[in-house]
Amino acid sequence: MSSMPHPTTAATPLVIPGSRAVLWLAGAALFAIALYYFIGVDQGAVSVFGSDTHVHEFVHDARHFLGFPCH
Amino acid sequence: MEKRIIWRGLLAGAIGGLLAFVFARIFAEPQIQQAIDYEDGRDHAQEALNSAAGIAPHEHGEVFSRAVQGNVGIGVGMILFGVAMGLLFAVAYAICLGRTGRLRPRSLALLVAGGGFLGIYLVPFLKYPANPPAIGDEDTIRQRSSYYLLMVVASILLLVLTVWLGKRLRARFGTWNASLIAGGVFILATGIVMLVLPRVAETPEPLTDPTGKIVFPGFPADVLFHFRFYSIGAQLVLWATIGLVFAPMAERLLAGSAARPAPALVNG
Repeated sequence: MSSMPHPTTAATPLVIPGSRAVLWLAGAALFAIALYYFIGVDQGAVSVFGSDTHVHEFVHDARHFLGFPCH
Repeated sequence: MEKRIIWRGLLAGAIGGLLAFVFARIFAEPQIQQAIDYEDGRDHAQEALNSAAGIAPHEHGEVFSRAVQGNVGIGVGMILFGVAMGLLFAVAYAICLGRTGRLRPRSLALLVAGGGFLGIYLVPFLKYPANPPAIGDEDTIRQRSSYYLLMVVASILLLVLTVWLGKRLRARFGTWNASLIAGGVFILATGIVMLVLPRVAETPEPLTDPTGKIVFPGFPADVLFHFRFYSIGAQLVLWATIGLVFAPMAERLLAGSAARPAPALVNG
């Protein structure tokens, strides 16, 4: 970390441009959040597959261990 | 560029999840088994009390065997969680790139990974720590999930605001003081959120019969401590791996892509 004073634009070449980048980043974030939801939350407090518990029971140990509230 | 960052983040996350799974299989599973044994013993004691009081026992079937849950399920869960965290890491890294001052790509990788550990796991854990099986009332799962997710969202938002604040203050106070002020604001703000959110305390007390005699002990404190301790350990393994695996890849990727001799890139 350098303490040299510099304008904020100094590192602009690194800023990723374009709306396609935004699409990819948003897609990756959404996919990640979906995974997070199925591992941590689904078939507990809320459920997208109704009252089935297969997802919940399968990742049961990981869900506890990763810090999510579980039954 | 963004695609290459995302794939590298995914790879780093999968490796981190795999290592966290190995850690979990060795250290967490014995604790989880003890917690489940406690739960079974307690259920039996409860059922004995119930039948003495004339209440019919209730059955709950097993969807997956303990062997599947403790060897396959936890592996799939940890690795997919690692992938999810690796992707979020990559998105955060891509957004931070070029916007967070003159940092080398590998230094930024470690900082973003540290931020993920702090914001997504450790700060929420301080308010709502991980619990082994047998702890937690089935009837309050809705509230507990909402509180926990609220805590996660608040902690991530406050962390993002802290980085933004630190950048704003930097021009006036310099990097060191701006970081200290922003960090202090973060601690204060998360502290307030933790005070406002309701307390959850559902660790089972000893089971007593109608005369008040203890027929089954409370949840073993050592199992609870070790479970939580190893839970932090697994997340440390996960995030450290993400940062350390991504760092050299980012260094190569970013040094090789744009104009190499540009000083902004070499230092940045």
